[in-house]
Parts: sequence; C-alpha cells; structure tokens
Amino acid sequence: MGTTASQLGKDMLSEYQELTFLTKQEILLAHKRFTELLTKDEKDLPNTRVSEERILTLPELKSNPFRKRICHVFSTSEYKDGSLTFEDFLDLLSAFSDSATLEIKSHYAFRIFDFDDDGTLDCGDLEKLVNCLTGETDDTRLTTEEMRQLISNILEESDIDKDGTVNLSEFQHVISRSPDFVSSFKIVL
Amino acid sequence: MRASRAGEGGEELQAERREKGRRKRARSDQEATGKERDKEEQPKIKSSKAVKTRKNVKNEKTKEMEEKQEEEEGEAEERNVKGKKKHGSAKKETREEDGGKRTVKEKAREEKKKKRKKVVETSSEQVTSEEDDNEEEDNEEKEVRPESLTPEELEMLKEAVDERKKLIQGLRGKPWSMKKKLVTLRESQEFVEKYEGALGKGKGRKLYAYKVMMTKKWMKFQRDFENFKTACIPWEMKIKEIESHFGSSVASYFIFLRWMYGINMILFCLTFGLVMVPEALMGRPYGTIPRKTVPRAEAASAMDFAVLWDFGGYAQYSVLFYGYYNNQRAIGWLKFRMPLSYFLVGVGTVAYSYMVVIRTMARNANESGVGDDNSFNFSWKMFTSWDYLIGNPETADNKFASITTSFKEAILEEQESRKDDNIHLTRFLRVLANFLVLCCLAGSGYLIYFVVRRSQKFALDGLENHTWWERNEVNMVMSLLGMFCPMLFDVISALENYHPRVALQWQLGRIFALFLGNLYTFIIALMDEINLKREEEKIIKFNITTWEASLYNSTVSENSTAPPITIQPADVPRGPCWETMVGQEFVRLIISDTMTTYITLLIGDFLRAVLVRFLNYCWCWDLEAGFPSYSEFDVSGNVLGLIFNQGMIWMGAFYAPCLPALNVLRLHVSMYLQCWAVMCCNVPQERVFKASGSNNFYMAMLLVILFLSTLPAIYTIVTIPPSFDCGPFSGKKRMFDVIQETLESDFPAWFSKVFSYASNPGLVLPFILLMVLAIYYLQSTSKSYKEANVELKKKLQTQNEENKKKNKLAALKAQTDLEEARKTASQSAELHKNNSASRQDQEDGEEDHGSCQRQYHNKNGRHPPPPVRDQDGQLPATRAPVPRTYHHVNHGSPGYLPGFPRQSEPKMHRVPSLQRH
Repeated sequence: MGTTASQLGKDMLSEYQELTFLTKQEILLAHKRFTELLTKDEKDLPNTRVSEERILTLPELKSNPFRKRICHVFSTSEYKDGSLTFEDFLDLLSAFSDSATLEIKSHYAFRIFDFDDDGTLDCGDLEKLVNCLTGETDDTRLTTEEMRQLISNILEESDIDKDGTVNLSEFQHVISRSPDFVSSFKIVL
Repeated sequence: MRASRAGEGGEELQAERREKGRRKRARSDQEATGKERDKEEQPKIKSSKAVKTRKNVKNEKTKEMEEKQEEEEGEAEERNVKGKKKHGSAKKETREEDGGKRTVKEKAREEKKKKRKKVVETSSEQVTSEEDDNEEEDNEEKEVRPESLTPEELEMLKEAVDERKKLIQGLRGKPWSMKKKLVTLRESQEFVEKYEGALGKGKGRKLYAYKVMMTKKWMKFQRDFENFKTACIPWEMKIKEIESHFGSSVASYFIFLRWMYGINMILFCLTFGLVMVPEALMGRPYGTIPRKTVPRAEAASAMDFAVLWDFGGYAQYSVLFYGYYNNQRAIGWLKFRMPLSYFLVGVGTVAYSYMVVIRTMARNANESGVGDDNSFNFSWKMFTSWDYLIGNPETADNKFASITTSFKEAILEEQESRKDDNIHLTRFLRVLANFLVLCCLAGSGYLIYFVVRRSQKFALDGLENHTWWERNEVNMVMSLLGMFCPMLFDVISALENYHPRVALQWQLGRIFALFLGNLYTFIIALMDEINLKREEEKIIKFNITTWEASLYNSTVSENSTAPPITIQPADVPRGPCWETMVGQEFVRLIISDTMTTYITLLIGDFLRAVLVRFLNYCWCWDLEAGFPSYSEFDVSGNVLGLIFNQGMIWMGAFYAPCLPALNVLRLHVSMYLQCWAVMCCNVPQERVFKASGSNNFYMAMLLVILFLSTLPAIYTIVTIPPSFDCGPFSGKKRMFDVIQETLESDFPAWFSKVFSYASNPGLVLPFILLMVLAIYYLQSTSKSYKEANVELKKKLQTQNEENKKKNKLAALKAQTDLEEARKTASQSAELHKNNSASRQDQEDGEEDHGSCQRQYHNKNGRHPPPPVRDQDGQLPATRAPVPRTYHHVNHGSPGYLPGFPRQSEPKMHRVPSLQRH
C-alpha cells in the first residue's frame, strides 16, 4: 500500500486490476492524472490526500452538479472533508467505469443522492436532488408547487413500503429497470 | 534479514520469538517468558531493528512483501514444529527446552496476532475483529497437516478455500473502500495460497497445485487479453473525449460510425480479397482483350484528371468496375472460379449485412426490453436523467434546462390539464404542413427525374460539349436537395406545434422519405438508361457480327492460308456495358455526396465558427449569443446521412467492387474530420436526447434501407440479361446461371441431381410452407409470452394497489384511534382541570391539543407523503399504529403522544394537577 507516489508497482497494479473494474491502461492514466494534481513535494509522500477543491478542478467533474457529493461519498478521510487518496480516486473511477455492475453503480448513486447520509432518501434529499438537477439559475428552478407535486409523484412510484422515504432496496428496484442508468452513470478520464 | 537468519540456522525460532516479543510489547500484551528472552537477546533485537529501519527507507511495498514472506516462513516453520509435536514426542521434548508446548502454541497465536497487527497497521481501520482472528487461528491449528485430516475436514477446508476464491472474484463488485478491499484481498489470497496446496493427497495434490497454478495463469492471461482488446478498439479515446464534452447522444453517432466502419471493413475485405485481387493478379493483364482496354477513341483523354475524376478512362477499364472482369471460368494456377466468386461475393455482401443488422437489432431489443414499462416515469427522470459524462459547462447548462423542461412536462402531463386553445387551427396547420412537405417531396422527385433525363440527353450529345455543371448536374442536385430540404422541413414543422419529441420523429420520417424518394427516382431514371443502353447494345451487337463477317470475308478473299489478322483490342467495337455505367453512377454519387458533406462541414461549421469567433470583436451585436452563433451537432441528420450512404453502397457494390473500399476511406476520413469539427466548432445541443432510446430506431431505419437498396440490385441481377461483351457473366442469359454452370461442371453428377430435385417446386413449396408455419408458431408463442407478461404486470399493480389501500386503511384506523384517544385524553384532562381550580391552565391545554390535532390531521390526510416537511419531519402512515401502544401503555397519561413535538406540556399540566389532588 501507499505507493501512490512516483510509480505504481507491478503488484499494486495487478491488485488494483483485481479490485476495480478498470483496465491496466485506465489505472495508469488515473495515476497520471492523479499525480498531476499533486504538488511537487507531495509526490514523494505516500498516501497523499488531495483536497476536494483540487479534485474538483478535473474537467470530468467540474460541471457535475453532484461533484461535492461524489467526493464526499468516496472519501475515506476522517475529517469528512471530501479529500481523496489515490485509492479513493480509483474506487470512484471503478464505480463510474463502463464495466461496473448495476449493483455497485446503484449503490453509489444512492449514497450520492442521500444528501444527509442517513441511509434513506427522504423529502429533503429529493428536494436537494431536484435542485441539483435543475441547476442553480432561477429560471430553471421549479416552483414550490411543482416541487411538491414532483416529489409526491416520485414517492408514489418508488416508495413501495410507504414509509415516506426511498430506501436502498427500493432505489435499486427502480434503477434496475431503467434503460439508461448504466450508460449514463459513467465518468471516464 | 532472511540471509542472517539462514546463517543463524537453529536460532531462527528464537529470532521469531524475539520478533513476536517485540510486537507483543507494542501491544502491551505482557508475557513473562517473552520478556526474559528479550532481555537475554537485546543486542540481536537491535540488529534486527536496524535492518528494519534500513528497510523502511526502501519502497514500502517491497518491505511488506518481505514481511509477508518472512511470516510465511515462520508459519511453515510453525507447522513443522507442530507436526513434530504431533508425531514425535521426543522432539517435542527437545522443543520444550526452548519454551515448552505452551509457548509454542502461544507463539503460534502471537504469530497470528502479529499478522493481524500488521493488517491493522496498514489499514488503519479496525475492520477485522478479534473473533475472526481466533477462528482463523483455530483453523490453522487444526489444518496444519493435511495428511492428518479427516475427509470431512478436508472438504470443509476446500469449501473455505473456494469461498475465499469467490470472495476474491466478487471483491470488485463490493461497495467497500479500497483499503478494506485490499486487506480482504490480501488475507484471502494468503489463505488460499496457504491451504490450496494442502488439499488433495500425493499425486492428487500435485495435480491440484498444478491446476491452481494454471487457473491463475489463465486468469492473468485473460486479464491481459481484456486489456489488449480494449486497447485495440479504434478511436476509443477520441470518442470518450467527445462523450465527456457533449454527452452520450453525440457520442452515440460516433459509435455508430465506428460500427459502420467495421461492417464496411469486412465488406471491403470480401470484395478486395476474393474479387479484385484475384482478377488483378491472375486474370489476363490489361490490354489483352477488348473489355480490358481503353477504346481507341477515348485513349487520348483516358489519363486526364477530369476524366479520371469522373471514373472514366483508365479508371473505367480497371478492376474497379464490373466491365473489366473476364468471363473465363477459371483463372490462374489456382483455377480460381472468378465469375462464381464474383457472384457469391455479391450475395455474401448482402447476406452478411442482413445478418449483422438483424443481430444487432435483436441484441438492442434484448437490452432495452427490460425497461419498457412506464411505471417509474418520474423516478427515472429524477434518478437517471443526469448524464455523468458531461464535462462541459455549456452542455451541463443545456442539460439542466432540458431536465427542468422534462420535469415540467411530466407534471403537466400528469395533471392532464393541457387544453388545446384552438384545435381547428392546429389541425388545419398540421394538414397544411403535411401538404407543403408532400409538395416538397414531389418537387424534389420531379427535379431529380428531370435532371437525370436531361443528363441522358447530354450524354448522347457527348459530354465534352457541356460545362462542368451540366456534367455533374445529377449528383449536385441530389446533394443540394439533401442539404436544403431538411432545413425547409424544419421551418415547416414550426407550423405544427408538436411536442419536440414528436416533432423530431416527424422530421426524421420526412427526411427519410426525401432521401428514399430521391434514391428511387434516381434508380428509376437509371433503369430507363439501362433500357436505352440495352437497345443500343442490340444494334451494336448486330453491327459487330456484320463487322466480323466483313473482316472474315476480307481476310478469306485475300489469302486463305494467312493467319487471321490480329486486331488491336482497342479497335474492336464494343457494347455500352450498362453494368459499368450503373457502377460509375453510384461511385460518382458517393463521391459527390462525400464532397458535399465535407464542404458543408467546412463552410457551415468551421467557417461559421471562425467568423462568429473573430467578427464578434467588431460587430454591433453579440454574434456568439445572438443570431448566427455556433452550429449544433445534428445527430439525427448525420445518422441519416450515414445510413443512406450505406444504402447506396449496398445498391452499387455489385456493379462497382470498389465501392466498399471507397466507403471505408470515406468513413475513415469523416471520423477524423467530424471529431475535429465537433470538438473545435460545435456547441452542444439544446435538446439533449438520450442515446439508448434511439439506437434501435436507427437500426430499424438501416434495415429498411438495406431491404430497399437490395431490392433494385437483386431485380437487375435477376431480370436483366448481362451485357454480351463485358463482365464476368458475359455470354450467359442471366447472371445466376453461373451457379448452374458450376454445379454441372465442378460438382459430381449426383450432386447436381440432388440439387435439381431439391429445387423442384414440389419440394420447395412445402419447405416454404413449413417455414411460414414455423414463423407463425414462433410469432404466436412470443405473443402469448407478451400477454403473460402484461398479465403479470397487472397482477403486480393490483397487488401494489391493494397494499396501498391496506396501508391507507391502517392509517385511517390509526387516525380514528388516535382521535378517540385524544378525545378521552382531553376529556380526562378537562376533568382534571375542572377539578383543579385554575381555568387558565385548561384553556392553554385545549389550545395545545387543538393545534396538535390539526397538525396531525394534516399529516394523515389524503396525501400520504406530506407536502412540506419541516424539522419535525415524517410521521408516515405506517407508523401511525404506534401511538396506540403508547396509549395502552400510558393509559393513565392523557395527551402523551409520540411524534408530538410538545409532549412535555400536557405532562406539565398533569403533574401539578395531580399534586393538587
């Protein structure tokens, strides 16, 4: 572990291949891109964390409305600051890769959408989600009436046990029937 | 360190213990003996520590590897020790000198702990529990010597190993953090490695080990091969880049383009390898026979660029076209059956295309078949509408807008409150729009027909007397129509006021009709021309026989013994060869189509982008945001263009074997050109569509085009007799006679007999009947499956509704219960308060209850999910029964309700009142 600096060992590479849905080239590319985010003296240190702000300068994440959530979900930092190590970064790319399974994708999607990290999608989460999807500008925002209608419709559809929230299994049930979730839940470097 | 150990030999065990002791101290797991030993061997520890620190300088990973090895060594040794312990008591005695059985065991445990600790160190996350540890320890102690194991234990061990293996394989699918995964992987790998070898006995063991090794190697190979395969996919990086800028819909065009490229590559290989190359290498060389020579009249201009550009001159008399091929049955030393090969490649091209398209369609249908139902309309919009590939802020803005509109639309549709303000007007406008479009289509069809007829006239006059425009009129008109009519349709469709999705479908349908109409008018005109040429051919044929007769007569009259005069092949009069003409027409069409595509790309996209970009500095309004702005990438138009291009290839490939090669070239260039154009001068679409939905739509169009384009080709092949003096089928009545010829001369007699029986209508008709029946049967079974599916869906829905009703009922009941409870509560409270003297208190309490009741009522109203939830949050229907239990438990405490924000207040009331009692 901890060979994030300078060079990836052969064993690490094969272990990463075993543990992620990425190919060798993708891992190497990820490593390259990750080390580009590091400053010079950080490169020699193992297990460096890259802060959320610097991760978010990646063009792949820059315009994603869930960028902060993504960092937060994949970060293993104790301070909950959304900073990523190289391994977290690989986890991220693996979940968003082409060949990742629906199960893992939907799991992470759920955690990304679960804004308050309480394990269910409740009204607050859904509202935040809608706001993320409709953008920050006022002209694309939904009115409160529309928002209410939308959220009640969503709960009507996907809240199977009628507890007022969408839990992980309900979420996965909904997602698994979607035709284009797997093709759109992708990030490639 | 290992070397030093080897030197120490017998002291190895002690060193091990030292190590263990050190670790133990670190864990403050005090052991008296260990301590003592530590004291004894302090210097040695120091040396080992020194080694350790030296190693720390090294790469951390290698250190770890060594540590692992070290440990394994230790474990092997330990196993050894235990084996000795079990088998030879004498040796155990000697061991006991060193610390006794107890210590050995302890050592083993500590060994484990050490490992554990290492794991913990590296993970910094206490994922592994001590229980686990102990379990494994037990395992270890039990399964040290495989020979001493009972079969059941072996079986268990095997199971455990298999389980671990499965764990390793499924690890990547686990949503854990990388550290946890790494730790688990290493542990499991270690476990597997350790015990895998222990399984099986004697020979079986070796075999097992070998098998394990091979599977490992095989896995590695597979992984490398996978990597190699992904590295081999062409343009993957380019497409990914586009994907990340423009989303998946634009990328889907490029993926489609790549797929087309693959198909054309195979078609090209077929025609190139089986037709063009054999003829060029083994057929008679250029200039030996009339069909392979440029006629004398054209020889002077045969090398001119203008002529070559038109695919006349030397290009016409080459392997590129049908007419060049000789009707010699077998060519070269391979005795290659050229005409047969030509025919079969033509058929194979079509068959392969059908196969690929239909297979892809079926696969797509399978994939998308799951998500057909509309039951999660809103949730899908919510959870899956964001395209995570979007990496461009502009695209992101457009996506925001489109998501918002889709939400709004969905809400509107749900409310069904869309009132048509004037249905008559819209109807009228739609009819008008369709009428206009029909006019456009008819007009364009007539224009093409007119132009083709005119060009025939020009061709009769001789092309040299006309301008460039007049010579290329047909192709130019077709390309221009293909360019401008869609724009016209776009304008017309604004009249109709359709929903954008419906509008897009209409638009696509109209463009499709336009292209198809143009293509078919072109073909009809070509048919006319073919007929003309055939009449011309008849005359020429007659002329040739008289010419030959005269030639023969003259030679005979001059000198009967002289050898026949050799006539230059260029001088021999020849027929018009309509097949080559058709091939040439198609090639020209493709070329001009390609040119227009590229030129529109350069002018419409690039030049526009450049102008907008640089004129913007000195213009009176904002060009980038205002009128011209940058162009969008038109996915549907481009896909349609590609599809029609492919249709032309399929149509013309039989008469011009060079067409697939040309198309490969074209697609190759467009890939680069369009990638570049998209990245440098297009802006993302405003209406962002999902790629997956339209995939099969495009495929279906491709299939239709394939069918429609093979139809005329097959018609000409089957009905029109080939030219008498050019092409591989010259001299035959029909082109497919080549099959019969082959059957008669190349296959044994019985085969042709069998074939003739098989092609007997008496056999063919029942066969066709059988096929029809089979199709009918499959159709009906699929229908019944579908019905069953619908039935199941209905059942699910009714069940769902029942559940909902039940929930609602439960909620209602809970509510009534609650109200009753509250009534009794308030009554008792009133009673209390009546008993108490203070009126003020009572009023307060009533107010409180009233407000709370109102609040609660709202929450259990008609809408199970409450519209606005504030911090006191969810009080969902299913949780409603809970108050009852509360009520029962605290029977004597009225007003004490759960989920009740101010529950303390009634209590407050109650307590003083009780005190007052």
